[in-house]
Amino acid sequence: MNGSEFNWSEFFAMGGYAFFVWTSYGITLLVIVLNIVMPMIGRKKVISRVKRAIRREQLQQ
Amino acid sequence: MWNWIQKFSSPKYFYDMSAKLIPWFAIPALVIGVYGLYLGLFVAPPDYQQGESYRIIFIHVPAAWMSLFVYMVMAISAGIGLIWQIRLADVVAAASAPIGASFTFLALVTGSLWGKPMWGTYWVWDARLTSELILLFLYFGYMALQSSIEDQRQADKASGLLAIVGVVNIPIIHYSVEWWNTLHQGATVAKFDKPSMHIDMLIPLLLMALAFKLFYAAVVLVRARNEALYRDRNRRWVRELIEKI
Repeated sequence: MNGSEFNWSEFFAMGGYAFFVWTSYGITLLVIVLNIVMPMIGRKKVISRVKRAIRREQLQQ
Repeated sequence: MWNWIQKFSSPKYFYDMSAKLIPWFAIPALVIGVYGLYLGLFVAPPDYQQGESYRIIFIHVPAAWMSLFVYMVMAISAGIGLIWQIRLADVVAAASAPIGASFTFLALVTGSLWGKPMWGTYWVWDARLTSELILLFLYFGYMALQSSIEDQRQADKASGLLAIVGVVNIPIIHYSVEWWNTLHQGATVAKFDKPSMHIDMLIPLLLMALAFKLFYAAVVLVRARNEALYRDRNRRWVRELIEKI
Protein backbone atom coordinates (compact mmCIF):
# COMPACT_ATOMS: atom_id res chain seq x y z
CA MET A 1 0.00 0.00 0.00
CA ASN A 2 1.42 3.39 -0.94
CA GLY A 3 0.03 5.99 1.42
CA SER A 4 -3.40 7.17 0.33
CA GLU A 5 -3.90 5.12 -2.87
CA PHE A 6 -4.79 1.48 -2.28
CA ASN A 7 -3.33 -0.71 -5.02
CA TRP A 8 -6.31 -2.77 -6.14
CA SER A 9 -4.58 -4.66 -8.97
CA GLU A 10 -1.92 -5.81 -6.53
CA PHE A 11 -4.67 -6.78 -4.12
CA PHE A 12 -6.50 -8.86 -6.73
CA ALA A 13 -3.25 -10.48 -7.89
CA MET A 14 -2.78 -11.99 -4.39
CA GLY A 15 0.97 -12.32 -4.94
CA GLY A 16 0.40 -14.68 -7.87
CA TYR A 17 -2.10 -16.87 -6.02
CA ALA A 18 -5.19 -15.05 -7.35
CA PHE A 19 -6.76 -18.16 -8.89
CA PHE A 20 -6.53 -20.23 -5.69
CA VAL A 21 -7.53 -17.48 -3.28
CA TRP A 22 -10.43 -16.04 -5.28
CA THR A 23 -11.79 -19.42 -6.33
CA SER A 24 -11.84 -20.37 -2.63
CA TYR A 25 -13.65 -17.18 -1.68
CA GLY A 26 -16.02 -17.45 -4.64
CA ILE A 27 -17.06 -21.02 -3.77
CA THR A 28 -17.51 -19.96 -0.15
CA LEU A 29 -19.84 -17.16 -1.21
CA LEU A 30 -21.79 -19.62 -3.37
CA VAL A 31 -22.15 -22.12 -0.49
CA ILE A 32 -23.33 -19.34 1.84
CA VAL A 33 -25.88 -18.05 -0.67
CA LEU A 34 -27.18 -21.59 -1.31
CA ASN A 35 -27.47 -22.15 2.44
CA ILE A 36 -29.72 -19.09 2.61
CA VAL A 37 -31.75 -19.63 -0.57
CA MET A 38 -32.40 -23.39 -0.32
CA PRO A 39 -34.29 -23.31 3.00
CA MET A 40 -36.33 -20.35 1.68
CA ILE A 41 -37.37 -22.48 -1.31
CA GLY A 42 -37.90 -25.39 1.09
CA ARG A 43 -40.33 -23.32 3.13
CA LYS A 44 -42.40 -22.45 0.03
CA LYS A 45 -42.46 -26.15 -0.92
CA VAL A 46 -43.69 -27.27 2.50
CA ILE A 47 -46.39 -24.60 2.58
CA SER A 48 -47.69 -25.36 -0.92
CA ARG A 49 -47.65 -29.09 -0.14
CA VAL A 50 -49.74 -28.67 2.98
CA LYS A 51 -52.11 -26.29 1.15
CA ARG A 52 -52.62 -28.89 -1.58
CA ALA A 53 -53.32 -31.56 1.02
CA ILE A 54 -55.90 -29.33 2.70
CA ARG A 55 -57.65 -28.65 -0.61
CA ARG A 56 -57.70 -32.34 -1.51
CA GLU A 57 -59.30 -33.21 1.82
CA GLN A 58 -61.92 -30.49 1.40
CA LEU A 59 -62.85 -31.87 -2.04
CA GLN A 60 -63.22 -35.37 -0.66
CA GLN A 61 -65.63 -34.26 2.03
CA MET B 1 -39.32 -30.72 34.96
CA TRP B 2 -40.41 -33.23 32.34
CA ASN B 3 -43.55 -31.26 31.57
CA TRP B 4 -41.43 -28.17 31.23
CA ILE B 5 -39.17 -29.86 28.67
CA GLN B 6 -42.19 -31.21 26.83
CA LYS B 7 -43.71 -27.74 26.56
CA PHE B 8 -40.61 -25.93 25.39
CA SER B 9 -39.55 -28.64 22.98
CA SER B 10 -42.91 -28.92 21.27
CA PRO B 11 -42.50 -28.14 17.57
CA LYS B 12 -45.28 -25.55 17.69
CA TYR B 13 -43.68 -23.63 20.56
CA PHE B 14 -40.32 -23.85 18.80
CA TYR B 15 -41.83 -22.63 15.55
CA ASP B 16 -43.29 -19.53 17.21
CA MET B 17 -40.22 -18.65 19.27
CA SER B 18 -37.49 -19.33 16.71
CA ALA B 19 -38.79 -16.73 14.27
CA LYS B 20 -37.81 -13.99 16.73
CA LEU B 21 -34.40 -15.54 17.34
CA ILE B 22 -33.15 -15.74 13.75
CA PRO B 23 -32.20 -12.05 13.22
CA TRP B 24 -30.23 -12.09 16.49
CA PHE B 25 -27.89 -14.61 14.89
CA ALA B 26 -28.08 -13.54 11.25
CA ILE B 27 -27.22 -9.85 11.70
CA PRO B 28 -24.18 -10.38 13.98
CA ALA B 29 -23.02 -13.13 11.58
CA LEU B 30 -23.06 -10.64 8.70
CA VAL B 31 -21.40 -7.79 10.63
CA ILE B 32 -18.69 -9.96 12.20
CA GLY B 33 -18.13 -11.81 8.92
CA VAL B 34 -17.62 -8.60 6.94
CA TYR B 35 -15.28 -7.19 9.58
CA GLY B 36 -13.35 -10.47 9.76
CA LEU B 37 -12.99 -10.50 5.98
CA TYR B 38 -11.77 -6.91 6.01
CA LEU B 39 -9.12 -7.70 8.61
CA GLY B 40 -8.17 -10.96 6.92
CA LEU B 41 -7.88 -9.65 3.37
CA PHE B 42 -6.74 -6.05 3.88
CA VAL B 43 -5.09 -5.71 7.29
CA ALA B 44 -3.37 -9.03 8.05
CA PRO B 45 0.22 -9.16 6.73
CA PRO B 46 1.28 -11.79 4.16
CA ASP B 47 2.73 -15.01 5.56
CA TYR B 48 6.53 -15.14 5.54
CA GLN B 49 6.49 -18.64 3.99
CA GLN B 50 3.24 -18.86 2.05
CA GLY B 51 2.87 -15.27 0.88
CA GLU B 52 -0.71 -14.27 0.06
CA SER B 53 -1.96 -17.82 -0.52
CA TYR B 54 -2.39 -18.38 3.21
CA ARG B 55 -5.43 -16.05 3.17
CA ILE B 56 -7.49 -19.12 2.30
CA ILE B 57 -7.07 -19.98 6.00
CA PHE B 58 -9.76 -17.44 6.95
CA ILE B 59 -12.42 -19.59 5.32
CA HIS B 60 -10.77 -23.02 5.28
CA VAL B 61 -10.22 -23.34 9.03
CA PRO B 62 -13.62 -21.96 10.12
CA ALA B 63 -15.31 -24.26 7.59
CA ALA B 64 -13.34 -27.26 8.87
CA TRP B 65 -14.11 -26.40 12.51
CA MET B 66 -17.78 -26.06 11.65
CA SER B 67 -17.79 -29.39 9.82
CA LEU B 68 -16.84 -31.02 13.16
CA PHE B 69 -18.99 -28.78 15.37
CA VAL B 70 -22.16 -29.28 13.32
CA TYR B 71 -21.55 -33.02 13.28
CA MET B 72 -21.39 -33.06 17.08
CA VAL B 73 -24.60 -31.00 17.30
CA MET B 74 -26.25 -33.43 14.89
CA ALA B 75 -25.05 -36.56 16.72
CA ILE B 76 -25.93 -35.25 20.18
CA SER B 77 -29.38 -34.11 19.00
CA ALA B 78 -29.96 -37.46 17.34
CA GLY B 79 -28.90 -39.17 20.58
CA ILE B 80 -31.33 -37.06 22.62
CA GLY B 81 -34.04 -37.91 20.11
CA LEU B 82 -33.26 -41.61 20.34
CA ILE B 83 -33.08 -41.82 24.12
CA TRP B 84 -35.70 -39.34 25.32
CA GLN B 85 -37.91 -39.24 22.22
CA ILE B 86 -37.83 -35.46 22.09
CA ARG B 87 -39.13 -34.68 18.63
CA LEU B 88 -37.47 -31.28 18.42
CA ALA B 89 -34.05 -32.93 18.87
CA ASP B 90 -34.62 -35.06 15.77
CA VAL B 91 -35.75 -31.92 13.92
CA VAL B 92 -32.51 -30.13 14.82
CA ALA B 93 -30.42 -33.14 13.79
CA ALA B 94 -32.15 -33.41 10.43
CA ALA B 95 -31.85 -29.64 9.86
CA SER B 96 -28.13 -29.70 10.69
CA ALA B 97 -27.09 -32.41 8.24
CA PRO B 98 -27.19 -30.47 4.95
CA ILE B 99 -25.51 -27.44 6.54
CA GLY B 100 -22.76 -29.59 8.03
CA ALA B 101 -22.28 -31.31 4.70
CA SER B 102 -21.91 -27.94 2.98
CA PHE B 103 -19.24 -26.83 5.48
CA THR B 104 -17.41 -30.14 5.03
CA PHE B 105 -17.51 -29.71 1.25
CA LEU B 106 -16.17 -26.18 1.69
CA ALA B 107 -13.33 -27.34 3.95
CA LEU B 108 -12.33 -29.99 1.40
CA VAL B 109 -12.51 -27.67 -1.64
CA THR B 110 -10.71 -24.71 -0.06
CA GLY B 111 -8.12 -27.09 1.39
CA SER B 112 -7.59 -28.55 -2.05
CA LEU B 113 -7.20 -25.07 -3.56
CA TRP B 114 -4.69 -24.23 -0.85
CA GLY B 115 -2.86 -27.56 -1.23
CA LYS B 116 -2.17 -27.12 -4.94
CA PRO B 117 0.12 -24.08 -4.67
CA MET B 118 1.67 -25.14 -1.33
CA TRP B 119 2.05 -28.91 -1.67
CA GLY B 120 1.95 -29.19 -5.45
CA THR B 121 -1.17 -31.34 -5.46
CA TYR B 122 -4.93 -30.86 -5.07
CA TRP B 123 -5.35 -34.10 -3.16
CA VAL B 124 -3.43 -36.73 -1.21
CA TRP B 125 -4.92 -39.79 0.43
CA ASP B 126 -3.50 -38.98 3.83
CA ALA B 127 -5.27 -39.37 7.17
CA ARG B 128 -6.55 -35.79 7.56
CA LEU B 129 -8.00 -35.46 4.09
CA THR B 130 -9.39 -38.97 3.99
CA SER B 131 -11.08 -38.75 7.40
CA GLU B 132 -12.62 -35.39 6.42
CA LEU B 133 -13.92 -36.99 3.22
CA ILE B 134 -15.43 -39.79 5.34
CA LEU B 135 -17.15 -37.07 7.38
CA LEU B 136 -18.80 -35.80 4.19
CA PHE B 137 -20.01 -39.32 3.42
CA LEU B 138 -21.37 -39.68 6.98
CA TYR B 139 -23.46 -36.54 6.40
CA PHE B 140 -24.62 -37.92 3.04
CA GLY B 141 -25.45 -41.25 4.67
CA TYR B 142 -27.53 -39.52 7.34
CA MET B 143 -29.40 -37.50 4.70
CA ALA B 144 -29.96 -40.57 2.51
CA LEU B 145 -31.44 -42.52 5.43
CA GLN B 146 -33.64 -39.57 6.37
CA SER B 147 -35.09 -39.22 2.90
CA SER B 148 -35.35 -42.89 1.93
CA ILE B 149 -37.23 -44.27 4.95
CA GLU B 150 -40.92 -43.46 4.72
CA ASP B 151 -41.79 -43.77 8.42
CA GLN B 152 -40.35 -40.71 10.18
CA ARG B 153 -39.64 -42.47 13.48
CA GLN B 154 -37.82 -45.29 11.75
CA ALA B 155 -35.88 -42.78 9.67
CA ASP B 156 -34.83 -40.90 12.82
CA LYS B 157 -33.75 -44.13 14.50
CA ALA B 158 -31.66 -45.41 11.59
CA SER B 159 -30.05 -42.09 10.70
CA GLY B 160 -29.52 -41.23 14.38
CA LEU B 161 -27.69 -44.48 14.94
CA LEU B 162 -25.45 -43.77 11.96
CA ALA B 163 -24.72 -40.26 13.27
CA ILE B 164 -23.79 -41.60 16.72
CA VAL B 165 -21.55 -44.37 15.40
CA GLY B 166 -19.87 -41.85 13.11
CA VAL B 167 -18.72 -39.79 16.11
CA VAL B 168 -15.62 -42.06 16.30
CA ASN B 169 -14.44 -40.25 13.17
CA ILE B 170 -14.32 -36.87 14.95
CA PRO B 171 -11.24 -37.45 17.18
CA ILE B 172 -9.62 -39.25 14.26
CA ILE B 173 -9.94 -36.08 12.15
CA HIS B 174 -8.61 -33.88 14.95
CA TYR B 175 -5.60 -36.03 15.87
CA SER B 176 -4.87 -37.33 12.37
CA VAL B 177 -2.12 -34.75 11.88
CA GLU B 178 -0.35 -36.02 15.01
CA TRP B 179 -0.94 -39.76 14.65
CA TRP B 180 0.09 -40.14 11.02
CA ASN B 181 2.59 -38.58 8.66
CA THR B 182 0.87 -36.01 6.55
CA LEU B 183 1.34 -33.05 4.29
CA HIS B 184 -1.28 -31.22 6.31
CA GLN B 185 0.15 -28.77 8.81
CA GLY B 186 -0.43 -29.34 12.52
CA ALA B 187 -2.80 -27.40 14.74
CA THR B 188 -2.00 -23.70 15.03
CA VAL B 189 -4.83 -22.59 17.29
CA ALA B 190 -6.52 -25.52 19.08
CA LYS B 191 -3.64 -26.75 21.21
CA PHE B 192 -2.51 -26.35 24.77
CA ASP B 193 0.45 -24.10 24.01
CA LYS B 194 -0.33 -20.60 22.98
CA PRO B 195 -1.37 -20.42 19.32
CA SER B 196 1.61 -20.24 16.97
CA MET B 197 0.10 -17.53 14.87
CA HIS B 198 0.55 -13.79 14.58
CA ILE B 199 -2.15 -11.86 16.41
CA ASP B 200 -3.07 -9.92 13.24
CA MET B 201 -3.85 -13.24 11.57
CA LEU B 202 -5.38 -14.90 14.62
CA ILE B 203 -8.01 -12.21 15.26
CA PRO B 204 -9.59 -12.32 11.77
CA LEU B 205 -9.48 -16.14 11.92
CA LEU B 206 -11.37 -16.21 15.22
CA LEU B 207 -13.84 -13.57 13.97
CA MET B 208 -14.55 -15.62 10.86
CA ALA B 209 -15.01 -18.72 13.01
CA LEU B 210 -17.51 -16.83 15.16
CA ALA B 211 -19.32 -15.52 12.06
CA PHE B 212 -19.59 -19.05 10.64
CA LYS B 213 -21.00 -20.30 13.94
CA LEU B 214 -23.61 -17.53 14.09
CA PHE B 215 -24.47 -18.17 10.45
CA TYR B 216 -25.04 -21.84 11.24
CA ALA B 217 -27.26 -20.91 14.19
CA ALA B 218 -29.43 -18.70 11.96
CA VAL B 219 -29.66 -21.17 9.07
CA VAL B 220 -30.30 -24.22 11.24
CA LEU B 221 -33.25 -22.40 12.81
CA VAL B 222 -34.71 -21.64 9.37
CA ARG B 223 -34.28 -25.25 8.30
CA ALA B 224 -35.61 -26.62 11.60
CA ARG B 225 -38.75 -24.49 11.21
CA ASN B 226 -39.37 -26.02 7.78
CA GLU B 227 -38.71 -29.47 9.18
CA ALA B 228 -41.10 -28.88 12.10
CA LEU B 229 -43.84 -27.75 9.69
CA TYR B 230 -43.30 -30.72 7.41
CA ARG B 231 -43.24 -33.32 10.17
CA ASP B 232 -46.41 -31.95 11.75
CA ARG B 233 -48.14 -31.39 8.40
CA ASN B 234 -51.15 -33.45 9.51
CA ARG B 235 -51.47 -31.78 12.90
CA ARG B 236 -53.91 -29.04 13.63
CA TRP B 237 -51.43 -26.28 14.52
CA VAL B 238 -49.75 -26.55 11.10
CA ARG B 239 -53.10 -26.65 9.29
CA GLU B 240 -54.31 -23.55 11.09
CA LEU B 241 -51.05 -21.76 10.48
CA ILE B 242 -50.89 -22.59 6.78
CA GLU B 243 -54.47 -21.50 6.15
CA LYS B 244 -53.53 -18.05 7.43
CA ILE B 245 -50.53 -17.72 5.06
